[in-house]
Amino acid sequence: MNNTNYTISIYTENNVGLLNRISAIFLKRHININSITCSESEISNVYRFIIVVNVNDLQILKLVRQIEKQIEVIAAFFHTDDETIFLETALYKVKSKSLFEERQIQNIIKESRANMVTVKPDFFVIEKTGWRDETEDLYQKLKPYGLLQFVRSGRISVSKKSMEISKFLK
Amino acid sequence: MKNISGAEAVIRSLISEGVDVLFGYPGGAIMPVYDELYKFEKEINHILVRHEQGATHAAQGYARSSGKVGVAIATSGPGATNLVTGIADAQIDSTPMVCITGQVATYLLGSDAFQETDIIGISTPVTKWNYQITKASEIAEIFAKAFFIAKSGRPGPVLIDITKDAQFEMVDNFKYKKCNKVRSYISIPETDSKSISDAAALINKSKKPFIVWGQGVILGNAEKEFTEFIDKSGIPSAWTILGLSAIPTDHPLNVGMLGMHGNYGPNKLTNECDLLIAIGMRFDDRVTGDLKTYARQAKIIHFEIDPAEINKNVKVDVPVLGDVKKTLKKILPKIIKKNHSSWIEKFRELNKIEFKKVIDTEYNKTSGGLSMAEVIKSINQNTNGESILVTDVGQHQMVACRYTKFNKSKSNITSGGLGTMGFALPAALGAKIGDQKREVIAVIGDGGFQMTIQELGTIFQTKAAVKIIILNNNFLGMVRQWQQLFFEKRYASTEMINPDFVAIAKGYFIESSKVSIRENLNKEIIKMLNHDGPYLLEVIIEKEENVFPMIPTGSSVADIRLE
Ligand SMILES: Cc1ncc(C[n+]2csc(CCOP(=O)(O)OP(=O)(O)O)c2C)c(N)n1
Repeated sequence: MNNTNYTISIYTENNVGLLNRISAIFLKRHININSITCSESEISNVYRFIIVVNVNDLQILKLVRQIEKQIEVIAAFFHTDDETIFLETALYKVKSKSLFEERQIQNIIKESRANMVTVKPDFFVIEKTGWRDETEDLYQKLKPYGLLQFVRSGRISVSKKSMEISKFLK
Repeated sequence: MKNISGAEAVIRSLISEGVDVLFGYPGGAIMPVYDELYKFEKEINHILVRHEQGATHAAQGYARSSGKVGVAIATSGPGATNLVTGIADAQIDSTPMVCITGQVATYLLGSDAFQETDIIGISTPVTKWNYQITKASEIAEIFAKAFFIAKSGRPGPVLIDITKDAQFEMVDNFKYKKCNKVRSYISIPETDSKSISDAAALINKSKKPFIVWGQGVILGNAEKEFTEFIDKSGIPSAWTILGLSAIPTDHPLNVGMLGMHGNYGPNKLTNECDLLIAIGMRFDDRVTGDLKTYARQAKIIHFEIDPAEINKNVKVDVPVLGDVKKTLKKILPKIIKKNHSSWIEKFRELNKIEFKKVIDTEYNKTSGGLSMAEVIKSINQNTNGESILVTDVGQHQMVACRYTKFNKSKSNITSGGLGTMGFALPAALGAKIGDQKREVIAVIGDGGFQMTIQELGTIFQTKAAVKIIILNNNFLGMVRQWQQLFFEKRYASTEMINPDFVAIAKGYFIESSKVSIRENLNKEIIKMLNHDGPYLLEVIIEKEENVFPMIPTGSSVADIRLE
């Protein structure tokens, strides 16, 4: 059975310990989480987790049912990449010296449509939001000039079709 | 209610939920609650166990015999961690239980304070829900929620951890309101009426239908609906170990036990039926054997309350979600009355082979050492299927479940999913307290008995009239059997040199005797049953008896072995 990238969206109550309860479901099945983010959703005090995993189509069904079974999970959904609009944000911290000495860097930034977040006497920070291959591409290009730090966020995504959760909140 | 302490709020919450018995053990972080228990001793009977694990198993036994929520209480740190085995057991066997643990004061949380342990973190994967209370004002709402969650839908264990300061803190407006809804929780999924008619169509059309039922029938109080359903449809029915006793043993459609040590007929014919109807069971691997060869020829219907169980292990054709009491009632009028006599005959024929090869030789044994089955036979002869059987884990468990006759539901209490040795003694105590009118007989191996042997102290102190039978083979029998069959008799650490169990019972002032001779067995059983109060009977049995039939791990149900 082939593995696929799935984006799991979980709407939950705002309670201490829920992250632990959800991650335990992956742990118990020896499944690695590729990325995870959590923030307040479009509904006040309802939180939304977005978890990306690479599993097969049976595993994803079982995982999502187990997640949904948790008392404080309001609803859980899963989507393939085709079914969602998704992005990641990456930050790149580079020595300021390179910016001025290596002409090439300025071109790379311009071409990749990345944003300059800050410029300090000894370093500058670039931000790029997009798909994984785009942030990766910029990473590979900047690497030769000495990256001081690089960080990529977990995936955030919205589904193309609606996810009806209001009916659960009655 | 004005100005009561958090500790008193805990007690009043319990009383509001109708709790009149607690199983527990005190300690620093739960002392304010114990102080209130002292004041409320008329309303709540606190049973002091000898180890917190015993409190959980007793609460489980209580829940299983009474149908109510069992409650266990312990202090922080080691008290709380000692609960974990019982919680895990209750989770996998869907037993409604509320555990209350004390916790260090809020300002100490995370400081590695004395007896601080992260019981919320530890218990998360094995609870249906858990919560840490740090303010007295939360108590009423959280307790109401806890009891609702523990008993509704597919039941399970809930843990509430209460910091010591929350127990001392005053609440000035205590009001208890029972909970019947949690917005993020669907206790019983909606039943799709199409699933009912699809299931009925499959049932009416099938030539060789077969029902496999589990504890869902008992937990759903659906024994009556289940019986009506099988009586009308005429379908042969077999049970999982936790489904046992839902219908009387001698019901004409009862064709026996499923799984690793189940009966020959139902296991073999699982792979011959044309329709498998699973009711309130979860296709545990001990029941299914190798999934790749499990009932592949059959269409499958699954009556189930927990959506996460659908297609978890076995792919089903028609899932019927919902409360089985209601779904069975709904399907009944759509079922054509039938009589599958020649199909049922097949079960009888295969079970006859088993009778010759296995049952007759051990149940009706006349020479050599005593067999476990003979002991059960004697119990059957003297209890008329009316008593509650509590078993531990191992060979004796399989034998007792295979042979005990039942007339009433909620009569079989055992650790099924977790297989927790040490379960039986405290569970029997809890079962007795949960249903005082009934005889409770615990059948325990010499190994498992010594895992919670200290609860003899609780039995003595409470005078709970539990009848304890130790089937002593001086071995960790079930493991020894595997060593014999699969590890060329290399008996690594399974032989036990045992203490004098009779003397130990006497040390606890529990009446006790020992039997090793066939002629005396029945007499001793009668003496035990007639004794007014707890009693321990040690039976010396054959050392190297094996439990058959057996489906070796990973084999197909059809490859069940008789020897
Ligand atoms: C707590 C725990 N530890 C280990 C086991 C593994 N185990 C399963 S059966 C068994 C032997 C039980 O021996 P005994 O209690 O004497 O019963 P018998 O099989 O002889 O009837 C063991 C060790 C278990 N089920 N539970």
